[in-house]
Amino acid sequence: MAERERARAELLALLCENARYSTTDLARLADLSEDEVDATIAELEDSGAIRGYQAVPDPNRADAERVRALVELNVTLDRETSYDDIARRLAGFSEVESLRLVSGDYDFALDVEADSMDRVSRFVSEKVARLPEITQTVTHYVMDTYKHRGIEMGGRGEDDRLSVSP
Amino acid sequence: MKLADRIERVPPSGIRRYFDLAAEAEDVISLGVGEPDFTTPWSAREAAISSLERGRTSYTPNRGLRDLREAIARRESDKRGLDYDPDEEILVTTGASEAIDLAFRALIDPGDTVAIAQPSYVSYPPSAIFAGGEVLSVPTRAEEEFVLTREALEASGAADASVLVLCYPNNPTGATMTEGELAPIADFCREHDLAVISDEIYADLTYDREHASIATLPGMGERTIVVNGFSKAYAMTGLRLGYALAPPEASAAMTRVHQYTMLSAPTTAQHAAIDALRNCEADLREMNSQYDRRRRYARSRFVEMGIECFEATGAFYLFPEAPGGDAEAFARTLLEEAGVAVVPGDVFGEGGAGHLRVSYATGLPDLREALDRIEAVLE
Repeated sequence: MAERERARAELLALLCENARYSTTDLARLADLSEDEVDATIAELEDSGAIRGYQAVPDPNRADAERVRALVELNVTLDRETSYDDIARRLAGFSEVESLRLVSGDYDFALDVEADSMDRVSRFVSEKVARLPEITQTVTHYVMDTYKHRGIEMGGRGEDDRLSVSP
Repeated sequence: MKLADRIERVPPSGIRRYFDLAAEAEDVISLGVGEPDFTTPWSAREAAISSLERGRTSYTPNRGLRDLREAIARRESDKRGLDYDPDEEILVTTGASEAIDLAFRALIDPGDTVAIAQPSYVSYPPSAIFAGGEVLSVPTRAEEEFVLTREALEASGAADASVLVLCYPNNPTGATMTEGELAPIADFCREHDLAVISDEIYADLTYDREHASIATLPGMGERTIVVNGFSKAYAMTGLRLGYALAPPEASAAMTRVHQYTMLSAPTTAQHAAIDALRNCEADLREMNSQYDRRRRYARSRFVEMGIECFEATGAFYLFPEAPGGDAEAFARTLLEEAGVAVVPGDVFGEGGAGHLRVSYATGLPDLREALDRIEAVLE
């Protein structure tokens, strides 16, 4: 069982690092057989521990000029409406890239993405702000991205080590 | 100008030509590097910058900043059961290299014999000779996974030596020694009154096991100088910071040499090191798990290629056998035909002949490409 846990944790870490590792390489990296790798990944996927695989594009270089904004939402709850209810309504919109309930000055933090600033504005004012539970919205347009999903977007550092050293 | 005899006694390395060749070659992926590919954790670098901004650029006490010695004492005690007093038994040095040099100068009289378990890091024999010692090589063998044995000590005549040098986890083999394997070595040293210089610079880089220090064995603390530093574990090679843990007399002796020849270790680096000990444990763990994955990956590849490669459990080296047996010839072939640099094992003493030191302190994409190229050359 401990070995199974170790395999799950190690493969999850490896796939988070690079989801494109081949089964063969994963087996070598995690010290497992290829069959064990396939079975464990299937298990991680089936159980919902892994929800998907995505590339991490540099937003500054991606082909289409996408506009991104962070949106803060304040809401009021009543007997019939919970955070989950509001979250479900918001999460359905394709413009919403991520949605989190947070502590602090506001309730929900959204990452919103669309083709133009106008589209983002219209989405926030027409779709989000009009929900009856939403009492306030604050929209921050993203001006530059320096680090995303743990990856720095700047140039890669050069390896300035001596090529051979004892 | 007439040069001192001891300089003549340390000839320039015969392998220099290969190193020069590797340094000049273009498009080479190097698995020959003896330092981490990671950069120093940002928190430690930021502490160094901040110390500069505040103008902390004067000498420190000879032994090093008190805060640093305290942090070292706490960490060595918590992590490895090595209990040393920050005021009398810890000395901060300019790299572990200085600590090794000081240890020899503190322990060796002209003509004393220094037994060195080999293959090992290239600096021990020259440092011992510069201190006036005679070098006795004690071989470790591939069949025993490069662990030092009592039999090897006896067979090589180490009973007459005054100092034994150990380096586990080992450069170049990646071998480690368990407490059980160290015990007979400790017995031998006590019986024949040998002091031990234990270079534990790779102590934080062990896989599937915890590091064991010979200094923790009964009666060994009083006859052992433990050398460690920040270069490997915290990827701080260029900051040049090491330390020595030693019983009070030996520590005072080393400090006496240090105070006249070095005065104090680099101040900026000491500030970085304090931060490293306080705040960089998570970075250390992350680097460790990266090395571990690469270790498993690279070893699997060698085994799949049919190359004999024992399962190293420390440092960031594998020590596979060189196909064909001639390590330098094979290393040249790899360099010229595949554009991959490795270090022929002969560099590290007789016992290293016929092996290659392959460093996995290289990102996985390069490591994979290098191994693909080695595989292609073999075919």
